[in-house]
Amino acid sequence: MRLLAGRPSWTTRDLTPGVRVVLGAVGLVVLLATWQAVVAYGLVPPGVLPAPTEIWPAWINEVSGGFWSQAVLDSLTHYSLGLLIGSALGVGAGLLCGSMPVVDALTGGAVRLLRPIPGLAWAPFAILWFGLNTAGATFIIAISVFWINFYAAYGAVRAIDRDLYEVAAAFGHGGFVGRMLYVVLPASAPGVMAGLRTGLGQGWMSVVAAELFGAPGVGARMLQASSLLATDVVVVYMVTMALLYALTDVAFGFLSKRALRWQG
Amino acid sequence: MEPLIRLENVALSHDGGGSFVFRNIDLSVVSGEFIAILGPSGVGKSTLLRVLMGLVEGSEGRVILSSGSASKMGGRAALVFQDARLMPWRTVRRNVEFGLEGIGLSRTERRQRVERALALVGLADEAGRWPRQLSGGQRQRVGVARALAVEPDLLLMDEPFGALDAITRGGLQAELLSIWEKTGKTVIFVTHDLDEAILLADRIIVLAGSPATVRGDLRVGPRPHDPSSPAMRALAGRLRALIGGEEDPGVGPYARFEGI
Ligand SMILES: Nc1ncnc2c1ncn2[C@@H]1O[C@H](COP(=O)(O)OP(=O)(O)O)[C@@H](O)[C@H]1O
Ligand SMILES: [Mg+2]
Repeated sequence: MRLLAGRPSWTTRDLTPGVRVVLGAVGLVVLLATWQAVVAYGLVPPGVLPAPTEIWPAWINEVSGGFWSQAVLDSLTHYSLGLLIGSALGVGAGLLCGSMPVVDALTGGAVRLLRPIPGLAWAPFAILWFGLNTAGATFIIAISVFWINFYAAYGAVRAIDRDLYEVAAAFGHGGFVGRMLYVVLPASAPGVMAGLRTGLGQGWMSVVAAELFGAPGVGARMLQASSLLATDVVVVYMVTMALLYALTDVAFGFLSKRALRWQG
Repeated sequence: MEPLIRLENVALSHDGGGSFVFRNIDLSVVSGEFIAILGPSGVGKSTLLRVLMGLVEGSEGRVILSSGSASKMGGRAALVFQDARLMPWRTVRRNVEFGLEGIGLSRTERRQRVERALALVGLADEAGRWPRQLSGGQRQRVGVARALAVEPDLLLMDEPFGALDAITRGGLQAELLSIWEKTGKTVIFVTHDLDEAILLADRIIVLAGSPATVRGDLRVGPRPHDPSSPAMRALAGRLRALIGGEEDPGVGPYARFEGI
């Protein structure tokens, strides 16, 4: 196996993919071993932190009780709906504001006002308007995903080389629709994709927050477990969420690389 | 012969008449001509092309097309830019197809036109590549093919070879002449390079001053044009003098000079 791709110094070395995977695994093992040691040698008071070896039995327990699949299913529903709605609206609004100065100016004030409000702060309204259910959780998730995608799309449109609009006009695509189809959408795709990808992670964070208020799912299950001091169960769902995120992220990374292969 | 496009007393101002980029531009382009517009950087050559292309409207004067209607040149002219300006997300083939989409051409027709244009610029084998994989000269050829594919009556070129190294530039100049001979297109070629203007054009229009005006409208003799021949050296001297602001002693509304 070729270890290094060229350059000499430690800090500037480009690692080959194989080496990266191996190093990543080593890091993970070191983390788990340290964790296990901390608990095993009693460096923390008993009951405060579950050992890694306690996680697996707890996991089996959750799965056989049917809690795990139900919680994951509920959360996946909130997550997918919130992500879909928040991303679609965010990208759409970002593209429009980015490419239409009038819309940009009209919405500028409202955006500045609403932007700093975190998705979670909307929870009281989510409960009032939708209740402690899928719709309420979806609403909170959609809001936090919205802003990430709004700014990513907006920034991507603003960064487009103005000369490309002139090319489009010179070749018969000078109208609004032509500019959108032939310049704005393809040129902003990398930025939009990056926003979508950030949203995938942000979405999982908001799932927990949205469900802490009672909508059933992984977050709600974590809250129940922690109130019973069942820290091993809490960790089970933390890891579950990490794995689900990793899965969506890898899948999206693959798709986006294909879609953006012109970037090389 | 009826001119393909005619400018009458055209002026352009970016600030509503406070200052002008150019004024009093009169220009007739006859079908099949190869015209060079020669002038220093910043004089307004690109802006003039935009007016010819219909991308920008002149502040004064008229642009008259052969059909008689003073509307835009639109689909009848095509533009080649100095920095190629390809769409990086499109393959070579799809870049050449750029001006053919959304105008009601069948798929087959589009494909045929793209293939013809790519063959003309010698890039038939690169159709599937991305712009980032091309050299500067190849990118510029794609820009030329994209313009040729729309089968324009008028081919406008804005310093298309200005950013290329001398060897590549020489090759592309020769290729352009051969394409021009094959297709009989009307070409307006903007350059700030005297030798390039002399090598390529039948007619050289000198743009200079601020606001810019037409300082000279000279005919170059029969082809091929060798910029190093004595007659062409003399022509270059005259062009230089015109750019420098000297009055041309020739006759007529513009100085006319028969190259040989
Ligand atoms: N949109 C614009 N607004 C104001 N001034 C402009 C604009 N576009 C070009 N100019 C000015 O017009 C002049 C001519 O520019 P240009 O046509 O690009 O010259 P050239 O192509 O001969 O180098 C320059 O002084 C430039 O600064
Ligand atoms: Mg220019």
